[in-house]
Amino acid sequence: MSRVDLPSLATAKQDEVARQMTICNACRYCEGLCAVFPAMELRRVFEGPDADYLANLCHNCGACYYDCQYAPPHEFGVNLPQAMTELREESYARFAWPDALAPIFARNGLWIALISMISVAGFILGFALWSDPGALTASGNFYAVMPHNAMVALFGPIFLFSLFVMGMSMRQFWWSADTGSRMPVTPRALWQAMRDAGKLRYLDGGGMGCMTQSTRPDRYRRLFHHFAFYGFLLCFASTSSGTIMHYLLDWPAPYGFWTPPKLLGVPGGLGLVIGAAGLIWYDLKRDDALPPKDKTGMGPAFTWTLLALGVTGLALYWLRETPVMGVLLALHLGTVFAFFLTMPYGKFMHGLYRFAALTRHAHEQATHTTTIATAPTEGRTRA
Amino acid sequence: MTYDVLIAGGGNAALCAAICAAREGTRVLIAEAAPMAMRGGNTRHTRNCRVAHDEGNGILTGPYPVDEYLDDLMRVTKGNTDPELAEMTLQRSKEVWDFLEAQGVRFQPSLGGTLSLGRTNAFFLGGGRSMLNALYRTAEDLGVEVRYETRVVDIQVEDGFFLGGTLEASWETDTPQREEVRARTFVAAAGGFESNIDWLKEGWGEAAENFLIRGTPYNTGGVLRLMLDAGADQIGSVDQFHSVAIDGRAPKFDGGIITRLDCVPFGIVLNENGDRFYDEGEDFWPKRYAIWGRLVAAQPGQVGHVIIDAKSADLFMPSAFPPVIDDTIEGLAAKIGLETDRVRKAVDAFNDACQPGTFDHTIHDDCRTEGLDPPKTHWARPINEPPFQAYTLRPGITFTYMGMRVNRDARVLFDGTPSPNIFATGEIMAGNILGEGYLGGLGMTIGTVFGRIAGEQAAKSLTNRKAAE
Ligand SMILES: Cc1cc2nc3c(=O)[nH]c(=O)nc-3n(C[C@H](O)[C@H](O)[C@H](O)COP(=O)(O)OP(=O)(O)OC[C@H]3O[C@@H](n4cnc5c(N)ncnc54)[C@H](O)[C@@H]3O)c2cc1C
Ligand code: SF4
Ligand code: SF4
Repeated sequence: MSRVDLPSLATAKQDEVARQMTICNACRYCEGLCAVFPAMELRRVFEGPDADYLANLCHNCGACYYDCQYAPPHEFGVNLPQAMTELREESYARFAWPDALAPIFARNGLWIALISMISVAGFILGFALWSDPGALTASGNFYAVMPHNAMVALFGPIFLFSLFVMGMSMRQFWWSADTGSRMPVTPRALWQAMRDAGKLRYLDGGGMGCMTQSTRPDRYRRLFHHFAFYGFLLCFASTSSGTIMHYLLDWPAPYGFWTPPKLLGVPGGLGLVIGAAGLIWYDLKRDDALPPKDKTGMGPAFTWTLLALGVTGLALYWLRETPVMGVLLALHLGTVFAFFLTMPYGKFMHGLYRFAALTRHAHEQATHTTTIATAPTEGRTRA
Repeated sequence: MTYDVLIAGGGNAALCAAICAAREGTRVLIAEAAPMAMRGGNTRHTRNCRVAHDEGNGILTGPYPVDEYLDDLMRVTKGNTDPELAEMTLQRSKEVWDFLEAQGVRFQPSLGGTLSLGRTNAFFLGGGRSMLNALYRTAEDLGVEVRYETRVVDIQVEDGFFLGGTLEASWETDTPQREEVRARTFVAAAGGFESNIDWLKEGWGEAAENFLIRGTPYNTGGVLRLMLDAGADQIGSVDQFHSVAIDGRAPKFDGGIITRLDCVPFGIVLNENGDRFYDEGEDFWPKRYAIWGRLVAAQPGQVGHVIIDAKSADLFMPSAFPPVIDDTIEGLAAKIGLETDRVRKAVDAFNDACQPGTFDHTIHDDCRTEGLDPPKTHWARPINEPPFQAYTLRPGITFTYMGMRVNRDARVLFDGTPSPNIFATGEIMAGNILGEGYLGGLGMTIGTVFGRIAGEQAAKSLTNRKAAE
C-alpha cells in the first residue's frame, strides 16, 4: 500500500464507506453474503480508491443492512447499501469523461429526461421537415421516413463516441483501484466475472434473496433485472443482426417475423418491458432506508428509459402498418438516440463498473498473497 | 383476552419457544422490551451455535461427538453443571442445525479469523440478526403475536402457578400503557441482567461502574427478579459473569463483536500505574481473551493498556478503533495518560528480558522472557520498532450466569418442585448448564434446545389440562 497521500484526498462519501468497512472488517458476520466482504478482508485500511472499488462491487441487495446489528438507530450507524450507493453514484461522476460533463450525474434524472424529450422532438421535427408527409402516416416503410444511410450516419458516430467515452471512464476506474503495480486483466478473471455478472450471483443476499422492502427476502429484483438485462442484450443482438443483414447480406428491411432481427427483437423488447416495469414497480415499495439521501434520479431515469425503449420498439413492431407509424418511429428513434448519447453519463455505467469490479475481485481472490490476519491460534493462518 | 402462552423476551430462546408452541396450534404472545429495530437482545450479536454432530457436513469441517462436547463442557465449567441437563442439552444439540434450518436460518463456514471453530460451531449466514430475522418471519407466519417496546413488569404467581402478567407498552416514552394479560402458561426468556449496573454492583461494588456491556441495554433482568421474588429457585450467584477484555473506547452498551481486541499476545499490557500484571503470552488468544476481562476488572480503574510496536501492527484481526500512535514510547505514554518514565521503565525491563527465539504466532514459540515478573512465556519480542501503538482495554461483560433452576422439561423449580405452567429458556437459565467458564456457541444452543422444549411442553400442558377439564 503506497498511496499514502490519498486518504487525505478522500471524499466524504469515500470516508463514510471506509468508516463502515472498518467496522465490518472487525465484525465479518456478513462474510457469506456477497463479494464485498471477502474483498474487504484482504485490506486493513480503506483508502478512497478501495472504497470506490468496494462500492462498485456491492450489488445493493440490501441484505447486510437488515442483517446488521449496528444498523441505525444503533450509534455505529452501519448501512452499507446506502453508503455504497451514495459513493457509487458519486464515483460515476468522478470517473466521467470529459470532466466537464460530470455534473450531469448530480441531477441525472432531470438531464436524461430533458435530453430524451429534446431528442424525440428533434426526430419529429426532422421527419416533418425532411421527409414526405405522406410517408409519415401511411406506410410501413421506415426508410421512406428516414433513409437507412441517414440512420447509420446519425447513430453510428454517436454510438462510437459513447463507446469511446465509456472506455475512457472504465480505464480511469480500473487504474485508480490499482495498488502499486497495474493489475492485469486475465481471461480467467474475465470469465469468472462474466459468470458472476450473468447469474447476478451477488444480487442474492448470500442465497436467501434480496431484501429491499423489509426483512423478508425475495427474488423479484434479480428476476426483473434478468429480464431487463437479457432483454436488452437481445435487442442489441437484433439491431446488430439487422445491420449485418443490410450491409453484408444486402438484405434490407422490412424483415419477416421469422428473421433474426424479429426473433431476437420481439422477445428482447418484451424482456425489456417486463424487466423495466417490474423494477419500477418493485422500487415503489423500497424501504426508505436504502436509497441515497440526495436523490439524483439516476435509477429511475435508467429504468424509465429502458421501459420507453422497449415499449416504443414493440409498438413499432405491431403498429408499423398504421398511420401512427411515423410518430412511433420518431419516439423510438428519439429514445434510442438519447439513450446512446447518455449511456456514459447515467446508470448504464453501473453495469460496466460493476463488471470491472467483479473482474478485479476474481483476480484478487485467485492470486492474493495477503495472509488474513487472525489472533494467534494454533497453526491457523489462512493463506 | 387470554393467551395460551405468554413469552417474555424476543431473542433466540423466546423465538424458538414461540415457534414450537405455535406449531402445536396455541395462541402465543411475545412481549419484547426493545423496539422493533433493536429487537432480539444479545442474540443480535451472536454469530454461531455449538452443535454436536457425528460427521462433518461440508460446512462443519469434521465430527464433534457428544462425548467430546461433554468433555469440553466439564473442562470449562470445572464440573459446575447439572450433569443430567448438560448431557441432554448436548445430545439434543444434534438437532439444532436441522431445526433452525427448517425455520429459515442459513449457515455458512466459519468466518475469516475464526477457523478454530469451523468444526464445532455452525455459523449463521449474515450473523445473529439474520438468524433472528428468519425466526421472526417464521413466528409471524405461524400467527405469533409480537409486541415490541413492551416489557413484562409484573407477574401473578401462586405457589409456582402462573396466573397472568402485567405488560407495559411504550415504556420508554412519557406515556407508558399498562395492561393485564391472562395466559395459561408463561415462558421466561428475557436474557440475563448484565445491563443492570446496580445489580452487577451487588457482586462487584463500584468497579461495576467501569464495566462495559457488550450486548443490548434491554437485558436488565426484570423478569429474573420477578421470578426470584415469586419464589423460583435461584442458580448461580450475582458476581458471576462472562467477560472479555475489549477496546476501552467501546460504547457503554451494545458494542458487540467489533470491540474485540486481539493484540494482547503481541505486546505488553500495563495498568494505570504503568505496571505489567499478567503473562500476555500464556496461551493462544482465543483461549485467553476470557480471563483478561477479569484480569483487567481487577486493576485500578478497571483499565489496561496494550503496547505493541510496528512489527506486530498487522498480525491480528483489524480492530474497529484506530490505535494511539507515536514514534516514541514517551510520546505514546503521554498520549494515553500514563507516567512516561514508568512506561519507559516497564518497556525497557521487558525488552531486556526478551530472549532470542524464532517468532511464530501460529505455535507456542520460544520467544519468551527471562527473569521478568510476571513473565511473558511466548511471542515475546522487544518493543523497539516505531511507530509504537497503544490500545486501551476494559472489561466487557458478555453475559451473566445467575438465573433460575429448571428441570429437563424446562419447567422452573419452586422449592424443588417443577411449576405446572412456568418455563424458562436461554440465558435466564443457562447457569444450570454453564455454572462457570464459557464455551463459544453454547449460549445459543442452550436457548434453542430449551426453547424448543419450553414451547412444546407449554403446549402439551395445555392439552393435558384441557383433557382433564
Ligand atoms: C457480543 C456478544 C456475542 C455473542 N456471541 C455468541 C455466539 O456467537 N454464540 C453464542 O452461542 N452466544 C453468543 N453470545 C451469548 C448469547 O448472546 C446469549 O447466550 C443468547 O443471546 C441468549 O439468548 P436469550 O434469548 O436467552 O437472550 P437474548 O437474546 O439476550 O434476549 C433477551 C430478550 O429479552 C428481552 N427482555 C429483557 N427484559 C425484558 C422484559 N422485562 N420484558 C420483556 N422482554 C425483556 C430483551 O429485549 C431481549 O429481546 C454472545 C453475546 C454477546 C454479548
Ligand atoms: S454490515 Fe454489520 S453485521 Fe455485516 S459485517 Fe458489517 S458490521 Fe458486521
Ligand atoms: S451486495 Fe448486498 S450484502 Fe453485499 S454489500 Fe451490497 S447490499 Fe450488502
